[in-house]
Amino acid sequence: MSRDHILHRVRTALGRSAGQEPAPPPPVRLRVPEVPRDLRVSSFIARLEALAGHAQRVPSQSAARDLVAAAIAGRTAVASNSPYLAECGITSLPGVRSGIRDVNELRDACEKADVGITSADYALGDTGTLVMIASPAEARLVSLLPPAHIAVVPCDRILTGLDELFTVLPRPADQTSSMVLITGPSRTADIEQILVRGVHGPGQISVFLVE
Amino acid sequence: MSVEFHHKIHDTLADANLQLAIYTATGRLKEKRIEAVASDILPDYQELRSHANAIKKHTIENLDHYLEEFERNVTAHGSKVVYCKDATEVADFVLGLAKQRGARLIVKSKSMTTEEVDLNERLEHHGLESVETDLGEYILQLAHEKPYHIVAPALHKTRYDVAEIFTKRLNVPNEVVIEKQTAIARAVLRQKFLAADMGISGANFLVADSGAVVIIENEGNARLTTSAPKVHIAVAGIEKLIPRAQDVATFLKLLARSATGQLLSVYSSFLSGPRRPGEVDGPEEFYVVLVDNGRSRLLPDRAKRQSLYCIRCGACLNTCPVYRKIGGHSFPWVYSGPIGAIITPQFMGVTHEPGLPFASSLCGACAEVCPVKIDIPRVLLELRSDVKKAEAREGQNRIEKVAFRVFAWVMSHPRVYEMAGRMAASMAPSPDGGWIRNVPPPMNIGPAQAWLSQRDLPPSPSMSFREMWRKRGGR
Amino acid sequence: MGNRVSLFVTCIVDQLFPKVGMAMAEVLERLGYQVDFPEEQTCCGQPAFNSGYRAEARIVARHFLKTFEACETIVAPSGSCTSMVIHHFAELFQKDPETLARVHALEKRVYEFSTFLTAVAGVEDVGARMDAVATFHDGCHALRELGIKAAPRRLLAHVRGLELREMTPAEECCGFGGTFSVKFAELSGAMARTKLEAIERTGADTVVSLDPSCLMQIQGALSRAGSPIRTMHLAEVLASR
Repeated sequence: MSRDHILHRVRTALGRSAGQEPAPPPPVRLRVPEVPRDLRVSSFIARLEALAGHAQRVPSQSAARDLVAAAIAGRTAVASNSPYLAECGITSLPGVRSGIRDVNELRDACEKADVGITSADYALGDTGTLVMIASPAEARLVSLLPPAHIAVVPCDRILTGLDELFTVLPRPADQTSSMVLITGPSRTADIEQILVRGVHGPGQISVFLVE
Repeated sequence: MSVEFHHKIHDTLADANLQLAIYTATGRLKEKRIEAVASDILPDYQELRSHANAIKKHTIENLDHYLEEFERNVTAHGSKVVYCKDATEVADFVLGLAKQRGARLIVKSKSMTTEEVDLNERLEHHGLESVETDLGEYILQLAHEKPYHIVAPALHKTRYDVAEIFTKRLNVPNEVVIEKQTAIARAVLRQKFLAADMGISGANFLVADSGAVVIIENEGNARLTTSAPKVHIAVAGIEKLIPRAQDVATFLKLLARSATGQLLSVYSSFLSGPRRPGEVDGPEEFYVVLVDNGRSRLLPDRAKRQSLYCIRCGACLNTCPVYRKIGGHSFPWVYSGPIGAIITPQFMGVTHEPGLPFASSLCGACAEVCPVKIDIPRVLLELRSDVKKAEAREGQNRIEKVAFRVFAWVMSHPRVYEMAGRMAASMAPSPDGGWIRNVPPPMNIGPAQAWLSQRDLPPSPSMSFREMWRKRGGR
Repeated sequence: MGNRVSLFVTCIVDQLFPKVGMAMAEVLERLGYQVDFPEEQTCCGQPAFNSGYRAEARIVARHFLKTFEACETIVAPSGSCTSMVIHHFAELFQKDPETLARVHALEKRVYEFSTFLTAVAGVEDVGARMDAVATFHDGCHALRELGIKAAPRRLLAHVRGLELREMTPAEECCGFGGTFSVKFAELSGAMARTKLEAIERTGADTVVSLDPSCLMQIQGALSRAGSPIRTMHLAEVLASR
């Protein structure tokens, strides 16, 4: 059996015996800085805009709804099942399909939609990153298949950065099969190092940060 | 070195367009990396490197423990770990699973490990369609070529090359605008993603305490590969393990910056199994294929096992003055650049390409930029010694061996050394004290000829230093 | 620290660039050091070590030990040779604890020239004068194995009449690499020509380095290209009046 063969080879090579406890690993290194919320928000906006994404601070849920309505006017949209989106009144906007629980229906909807609308579980201020955790509320394909992605996120979900993310979420696998960090629009520079956006994932990303 | 190696290097050096392409592309990546890790931008860069090195060192030294922990956690999430000792076993597993599931179409995201085991060739041989979805890899697949660079696989292709490839292989009208070429690929590959039966990915990291794979990318093809098809297989070398999810932060902070100068890649996926109850989408089945393929053979060597710390960022390629001249295809295996130079002999044996560890000026730029602090020059020096030992055993390169024996003898006998110096000086022509353009036969052979093919030789001074010193009355 | 200094001139200086050794001695004597030259010296063994011949390198290293052990302080006009002694000798004698101990004792007393001047002698102005526009080439061993970057620049900053300009890109290998220069001659030559382009862009008339092997590579390429740019070892610049 290759498993036993390989493990045996590895142990022999390292001079270790089966079940031998390892030496303690280097301590985890997470340094969470103190950054006031306002600064986290403005940093997030600056970072995402630098990547040709769009981000703006929004004073209320209804304002968010209005902005989303304007952004998707005349286009088809799929929204995730995030309760926050429903709270904002976004899932009931005309042209928005939501509440999909069947994977085939979801694929079909996302394939055809112009825009995918999600919330986000967290955002990272120092890199302009959205943290999407797969759950009944957030499916994977909504932020992936449609060519444009809109995310509506409450400001208090903005963390300082990766270190804080892994401090509040030390083992993402405990709760989800998929955690994706999204930092800007899909891109490639594979041909002559020329930057092209929207290769496979969305080429347009807009984030509304709600107070 | 082999004749083939010599020719490939020569051909690359002689191709002016290729020289410009390689130098410019790597130069850009090199500069971006420098900006991203500058001390005012990332003040704890050096600390992070040391920490990453320490984590990798610890993990490799206790690899069996972490393999088992990883396996337990993968299994606990309803997935399966498959250990494969070589390329054949990897292919056999994938083929076996494909047959069981009636799979015909496979989409693949970028994985150097799958290149290493020639997975696509093997799958295609058995009638499966396996499509590369990373744009650069897709272009190369159509062109039947190997990657040119670990992170920028189609670095050597111009838009005109791409136009030709697409026209020939996809039957589309000639298109040289890069945005439009990308759109063509996007349209073709979109259909593949949505129709595929299986998705095969690599993994940048395997997280032991979570039974998770971490996949870094910019295009979104890896996300689609691992989310759209019903089956996801992640293929990774056993050395990709790290102990804890919380360690991922350190590596994420280093990887994209080192590779392209980005703060983070566009997508970093942390995947730990098939769709969970309640989740709407995601694969129904998840497998992690752990590949040995010679890695366990590297492990016993304490000085060289650090070669396994590599996180495949490509920074060493971008900064290497040798890679920047000879490019990826001069290297004998799928891994190129300084990292390729140290792992190829360890996987393939030092006599596979005996010149490879010597194709370096040992400048150390690679070690300076390696995010996990692999001491590449040190490993190269060890490999050089290994090559010479192998040659001695096989009775090869005897003349060189004798020459260095003589060197050692001369250099440990000062009077002989002095005499040899005087003799060499008396033979060297230096008519006007200027540097020498050519030497007459019989001296225009070997090292002298090689030197003179590129630059002039220094003239022999009328007196050596020790003669001057003695003359001066020094002690 | 006394005021005796022993010269380890290196085989390449001894045989090909003796004036570099003389210049180094001159500068040290002007600073009040008593300079001697242990005649038994030959080479540090780097060519053998870099070519994979460790047993042969050990022989030469042992001879080096024998020659220099009794010296109080040893100074060399070369980053690569100094690095060979203080970083790589220990690798050669891992299985020989007795010799290893002797190596470790000696390591502490071997200095590259610019390091000696700035860190040990504590001087930056050696009273030199030279009218030139110069650029400094950082040899890779000096730069990355010995961490030398500021010391030669501080010394050059005090040379009256000298304008120092930095190359862009900086810190790139000249392509010498020992036997690499002949085993991979075409590649080495290509790297040298790239270095020449960087030098020419500075507009300098002089290239300065503290490594004779780099100077040999660069001067060889300059000469082949018919360039009027000259090379000088740091010691020669510092000895100029």
